[in-house]
Amino acid sequence: MTPPTSNGRRTPPPTGIRVAALVLVLIPVVALMLVPTYTKQTPRLWGFPFFYWYQLMWLFLGTGCVVAAYYLLNRAGAGRGGSDEGSER
Amino acid sequence: MTGVNKTALTIVLVLFVLVTVVGFGAARWRRAGDMSTLDEWGLGGRGFGTFITWFLIGGDLYTAYTFVAVPAAMYGLGAVNGWFAVPYTIIAYPIVFIFLPRLWSVAHRHGYVTPADVTRGRYGSRGLALAVAGTGILATMPYIALQLVGIQAVLEVIGIGGSGNAFTRDIPLFVAFAVLAAYTYSSGLRAPALIAFVKDFLIYLVIIVATVWMAWKVGFGHIFDAAQNKFAQPAAKAAGGTFVPSSKQTLAYGSLALGSALALFMYPHSITGVLASRSRNTIRRNCALLPLYSLMLALLALIGYAAIAVGTNPVGLDHQRNPQLVVPQLFEDHFGWFAGVAFAAIAIGALVPAAIMSIGAANLFTRNIWTEYIEPGADERRQAAVSKVASLVVKAGALAFVLFLDRQNAINFQLLGGIWILQTLPSIVIGLYTRWFHRWALLAGWAVGMAYGTIAAYGQKSAATQHFGASTSAIFGHGNKIYIGVTAVVMNILVAVILTLIFRALKLPEGVDATEPDDYRADEGDPRVQRIPELTG
Repeated sequence: MTPPTSNGRRTPPPTGIRVAALVLVLIPVVALMLVPTYTKQTPRLWGFPFFYWYQLMWLFLGTGCVVAAYYLLNRAGAGRGGSDEGSER
Repeated sequence: MTGVNKTALTIVLVLFVLVTVVGFGAARWRRAGDMSTLDEWGLGGRGFGTFITWFLIGGDLYTAYTFVAVPAAMYGLGAVNGWFAVPYTIIAYPIVFIFLPRLWSVAHRHGYVTPADVTRGRYGSRGLALAVAGTGILATMPYIALQLVGIQAVLEVIGIGGSGNAFTRDIPLFVAFAVLAAYTYSSGLRAPALIAFVKDFLIYLVIIVATVWMAWKVGFGHIFDAAQNKFAQPAAKAAGGTFVPSSKQTLAYGSLALGSALALFMYPHSITGVLASRSRNTIRRNCALLPLYSLMLALLALIGYAAIAVGTNPVGLDHQRNPQLVVPQLFEDHFGWFAGVAFAAIAIGALVPAAIMSIGAANLFTRNIWTEYIEPGADERRQAAVSKVASLVVKAGALAFVLFLDRQNAINFQLLGGIWILQTLPSIVIGLYTRWFHRWALLAGWAVGMAYGTIAAYGQKSAATQHFGASTSAIFGHGNKIYIGVTAVVMNILVAVILTLIFRALKLPEGVDATEPDDYRADEGDPRVQRIPELTG
């Protein structure tokens, strides 16, 4: 592990963190690949058959997983220099 | 559909002029370096932050074809042919979250512009890089052609083009195309990046209006009931219509979603958008933000079902039924003057990806074919000049697809494009993690995947065509269908593994690896990450 330097070089997050982030982002992929678990008509939600609303639900859950993985990776790398998160134009 | 819809046409023309002005003006936007270099022209100076990258990649991946073809597939055949695009775009971002940051890092350490550059550097193999580059260009051309099919669908519903004599039929398309070619030539990647703002604003506006209309005027319950009834009819069932996949169709559904998701970021134009971003975190943040477009895609898809509920009748100017016209037709029937805004959104939504795709393909040609084989040692200015011309040639090739091939064929060539581009995945993605694979084994695997995929797709008949009629087929000894691209890439990887074991045993030369492990983790701020100081310093 290299220490942080003034030129903003980051050290990669520890392996455990990286594995946890990997597992997090794979959750929505695995859930949606298990197609037989959701090929059902009912129950309906706001007129949407189960098949349709269930997948849309994973759109939100999947985004949550990606956001969680992002913060996990960045918290692990925070305080060690690197680019300023708020410097986007 | 009688005569020309003048109100809609006027709105489309006004908005088209607006984006043209923006397109030419883009050359001055955020300009720092020299426009005559490939970094500036082809990657916008590589300094795009989260916000612009989001618009650029979103503008890039959600094309007019998506806005026209996915609802059309929902309208015609339902879930397996249309709705699979929803899980596809949901799982794509978690998947690319894993490997795109590594691709960004190695590209920025070594100044790689294209996916084939990455392969070239990692394996020291000109042949493998040529295979990756050639596949990218090949798969992109019909994809651009499909953008034009989207524009044509809009023009046809407005009442111009489509049929009539050859001269009036294609004039509007030529004009739109010439303008696109001109501003891409002069402004490079900045033009579509800036126009993407206009495009997305229009698209979101249209989708919000359409969703409110679906929810209150038609009702989602009624929409789904109508679709369910349609696909329960024996005739619709026999044609392949599906409301909820049966147990025999789940493999096809899942593999179409997975294969498409894996293929998405292998396309040169998606990688162009990624490499133009400023840091690894810009990419990661975008993986969290881009699913907003997936939501949009799902709502668009449902317009196909809404069209069933309200009885939209998509008949072209040639009096033939054409499901591709269903979205523009629905807007014309129910939205009055606002249809013009929707048409403009679709047409502009086609121009942005067409521009980015042609830049991506042109970069591939310049870097991996021209400077590699034809003019080694071409300097930066020369490369940019070649790329600009190549972008025109790629667009001309796409135009040829539209003009000389049957439209049904063009759609099927796009399905094939996905199968092809997926065959570059082992060479690009696996190399980001391990150098274990032998370069010649990867090349052999690629050849097997390409051959199998092409032959299997060629053998698929549909009601409309003898060949390239579908993108799923049964695999050996297994009755259920699966996406051909997935089967092909599995064969590709198997061949690569087996041959790697053999080639290693024979101690065949492995080629020089120009990269080191640390290259795959470097981020913005790293002293060896190449940047344009004026933009990011």
